[in-house]
Amino acid sequence: MTVTAPPPESKPQAKVVEEQPFVEEAKQRHTRLLLLATFVAWVVGWALWKGNHTLAIGGAELTDLHRWLNDVRDDFDNSRDSNFFLQYVVGGISDAIDWVVTFLQELFSQPAFPRPVPEVGWLGVVGLLTWLAYALAGIRSAVLVAASLLLFGFLGYWEDSIDLLIVTAAAVGICILIGLPLGIWMARSKIASAAITPILDLLQTVPSFAYLTPLVLVFGIGPASAVVVTLIYALPPLVRITEHGLRSVSETTIEASSSMGVTRLQLLRKVQLPMARRTIIVGVNQCTMAALSMATIAALINGPGLGQPVTKALQSLDVGTAFVSGLAIVIMAIMLDRTTTAASERSELLARRGPGSAQRRRIVLAATGAVAAALVYVSHTYLWAAEFPEEPDLGRPLAERVTSFNDWLTGNIDETTNALKDLVSYGLLNPLQALMADSPWWLVAAVLLVVSYLLGGWRPVITTAICEAVILGTGLWNETMRTLTTTLVATAAVMAIAVAVGVWMGRNKRADTIVRPFLDAFQTMPPFVYLVPALALFGPSRFTAIVAAVAYGVPIATKLIADGIRGVSPTSVEAARAAGTTAWQMISKVQLPMARAAVVLASNQGLLYVLSMVVIGGLVGGSGLGYLVVSGFSQAQLFGKGLAAGIAITALGVMLDRITQHAAARSGRH
Amino acid sequence: MTTDSSEAALKVESLWKIFGSKADRILGTPDADLSRKELQAKTGCVMAVKDVSFEVAPGEVFVVMGLSGSGKSTLVRLLTRLIEPTAGTVVMNGDEITAASEDRLREIRRHHVAMVFQHFGLLPHRKVIDNVAYGLEIRGEDKQTRLARSQEMVDLVGLSGYESSYPDQLSGGMQQRVGLARALAVDPELMMFDEPFSALDPLIRRDMQNEVIRLHEEVGKTMVFITHDLQEALKLGDRILIMRDGEIVQIGTPDEVVGAPADDYVKDFVSEVPKSHVLTLKWVMREPRPGESLEGKVMQSDRIVKDAAREILDSDDPVRVYDGDEFLGVVDDDDILRVVVAEEDEPGSEPAPVGLGKSS
Ligand SMILES: Nc1ncnc2c1ncn2[C@@H]1O[C@H](COP(=O)(O)OP(=O)(O)O)[C@@H](O)[C@H]1O
Ligand SMILES: [Mg+2]
Repeated sequence: MTVTAPPPESKPQAKVVEEQPFVEEAKQRHTRLLLLATFVAWVVGWALWKGNHTLAIGGAELTDLHRWLNDVRDDFDNSRDSNFFLQYVVGGISDAIDWVVTFLQELFSQPAFPRPVPEVGWLGVVGLLTWLAYALAGIRSAVLVAASLLLFGFLGYWEDSIDLLIVTAAAVGICILIGLPLGIWMARSKIASAAITPILDLLQTVPSFAYLTPLVLVFGIGPASAVVVTLIYALPPLVRITEHGLRSVSETTIEASSSMGVTRLQLLRKVQLPMARRTIIVGVNQCTMAALSMATIAALINGPGLGQPVTKALQSLDVGTAFVSGLAIVIMAIMLDRTTTAASERSELLARRGPGSAQRRRIVLAATGAVAAALVYVSHTYLWAAEFPEEPDLGRPLAERVTSFNDWLTGNIDETTNALKDLVSYGLLNPLQALMADSPWWLVAAVLLVVSYLLGGWRPVITTAICEAVILGTGLWNETMRTLTTTLVATAAVMAIAVAVGVWMGRNKRADTIVRPFLDAFQTMPPFVYLVPALALFGPSRFTAIVAAVAYGVPIATKLIADGIRGVSPTSVEAARAAGTTAWQMISKVQLPMARAAVVLASNQGLLYVLSMVVIGGLVGGSGLGYLVVSGFSQAQLFGKGLAAGIAITALGVMLDRITQHAAARSGRH
Repeated sequence: MTTDSSEAALKVESLWKIFGSKADRILGTPDADLSRKELQAKTGCVMAVKDVSFEVAPGEVFVVMGLSGSGKSTLVRLLTRLIEPTAGTVVMNGDEITAASEDRLREIRRHHVAMVFQHFGLLPHRKVIDNVAYGLEIRGEDKQTRLARSQEMVDLVGLSGYESSYPDQLSGGMQQRVGLARALAVDPELMMFDEPFSALDPLIRRDMQNEVIRLHEEVGKTMVFITHDLQEALKLGDRILIMRDGEIVQIGTPDEVVGAPADDYVKDFVSEVPKSHVLTLKWVMREPRPGESLEGKVMQSDRIVKDAAREILDSDDPVRVYDGDEFLGVVDDDDILRVVVAEEDEPGSEPAPVGLGKSS
């Protein structure tokens, strides 16, 4: 048996004593016991006071704040031509974006008056984008792009797909213009970083749905609003990753350069940017995927693109159509993800090639570019190459099949799904909802404060108190507690699955290789896509939102846990094995405790993902804060309430995020 | 070795570095005299370098040695202000570094000093030759000059044929050769090494040490060399500065450090060194005893014991030791054997008292 023993001291009474690091002493805590006590107190309080002070309000009921927000909206709408800020700043941005989007649409997707078709027809678009993919990401990506584009057409969503691409591309383009300099600035200035990071944190905590209403308030509805909301949502990952990429350039390399007397500009150009190039392209990938997901959601505020047919189909519960248009989104997600990933991997290769192959590459690019240009010309000139052919039509038959399959399915497995629904509803959802929503508000507020203190110390308590105050202010306390209930139940399910699968992946390389690509693929899917199968199985109910939320939250949480388990030092695992640890003991006594920070972080991400999906589920679920947001767009007098709901969602997200972040920081210290 | 300050290549005077937010408020208060640990517990600041002064002569190899955490890396970075000193002055070839403007400092770094790092600090996206040329490139030399010069350096450090490789295609030893070539390429007056060979395998390390000795003979630069390895220090250093907790414990030539360790800390360090390899006759000789023969051979006092041992053991009379023309003392078989036998005692035992050297 090999036990790793400390190396033998060469001299027992050595005078050369190794310096001991300075360590602060840790405090003793009884977190679990106190949490249990809090829970018991909560249940007792609920039993005593249930139904009192719950702050429930009816669906059409408005508070003063909601009415005031309605007035604000009216003021905004009335003064678009008179107020300086609205007319010139907002109007200017709005017009510029509208102009770009319209320009691109007339170029690629919509009839360019007086032509009945766009300037560049489908053949030209296929040629152009394929060539672009080839130049940036290689031949495989080129094939993927060509195939995907053709599929969009055959599924019957050519125009919507290209529109979605245009909105996404416009947003990503602006993101790069703003985000790269911002990331560079943050990497070079501690002050800038300290000032901007909390803003990025906040932007990334806000669930996507909550962005929509404020944007509509300022920009109205339409393409400009859609692009702006998309770019706000997609900007943080790019800035973050750019800063991270530049900052993680090895300290020694930077020091070596400084020791030779580089200027700051030389350091940036010759060391940091080239070394961070690959990371920055990963940032562009993340930015693109975030933009795609938001651009589909922006259909709710009249953003052009594939989100439109999906939203309509989801709202009218047309599973077949939702499936086909959702499929087109999935294809687009895969296409964009693969292409940008390949571009990032290739950037290194390209940089290392010798001068001979660079010459050859130029020739090939010029030749293929000429072909693409010819296709563009043909598609501009001939109608057959401009309008995507009606035949073969894959979309309609597929939609019909899916609809009939779904009818058959719901007819046959209704019992199973209903049993599951009832089990979760009566076993978990309803009791928790009773505790959350039927207790007096002050009791729940107090419980949340105590819990955040127990998990994260004083600082999250302050945030929690502020967020609670904001939620109370929105007049939607009861709705928020319902949404919180759903979120907690779904997150519990996410964590159960994520721990099981994550531990398996972390301990088994093979499992990791097999499962990870699926998780990666699922993670790139825009949230709308998850609603379709959930809707097919469970019909319109809050349970649909839960199922979609679980599916949406599982990939990220699982990956974090798998990485955490994998990150446990192999020496510790080996030492434990040498001491005769069983597999179960290894998981419960070594790996999970050592990966605790990762588990807490996974629950943080799980909560945020789940919350954002639960809210989107309001689109089909018919209750909760998300539903209020959607109603705000469809019914003018509910706009203020929808806006308040967005604020409540944000407060809820910030609160959950702060509590778990602090808990993660604390558990990382042990 | 004493140096006149006017001709010193590097002159450091009471240099301090305290890390921490309130660092500059500690100097001059009684807190500055606290031990490193007490200071950290009290103020949260780390005393990395404490009141260090020394001089380095042109062409000298000056080694700074100490355990990890003793402040060596910080010290060497203070010399070109890669880390800003809390207090003190550094003068390099008459140029006061600590008073230099941003531009002047950059100028000095570009032309007069070069540094070799423990983890190489190469640019992974550049070929070997472009890494070597990097220092010339940033100071604006034209392409032809820098390529010619870099090629020369690549050949000098024995990397010919690897010009177009990328750093990650080379072994650790080869990468450090690139680091050496890069430092040499700018033709600096002073070269600084921060534990350059600590990350290498022992055999490669020995190779690289010999390489440094060879380069020093060929190009004759002044060198400040950081290491935590006593063998390396003794092998390379003309003089050695031993540091502990940010302070100087001893400065001396290798034989002074081994023969007359300043305190128990240094003594413990050198206890396992084969003394006969380091000590010179100066350290083992004694006054002639009354009636002893003074007819023996004559040797100079700076001969290493190991090299002289055979001859001394072979001669019948005690050997007379001179410093130039001045008679210093004698050495006989017993004196030699005492040094050699002391080495064979188990390590840790008190070394046998040797010689007439300064009392320890
Ligand atoms: N940037 C820093 N901030 C705070 N403490 C530092 C910093 N750099 C070094 N130190 C501390 O200063 C002391 C000396 O470090 P260093 O010079 O790296 O020692 P060495 O190179 O001899 O191992 C150590 O205790 C180290 O922890
Ligand atoms: Mg060091």
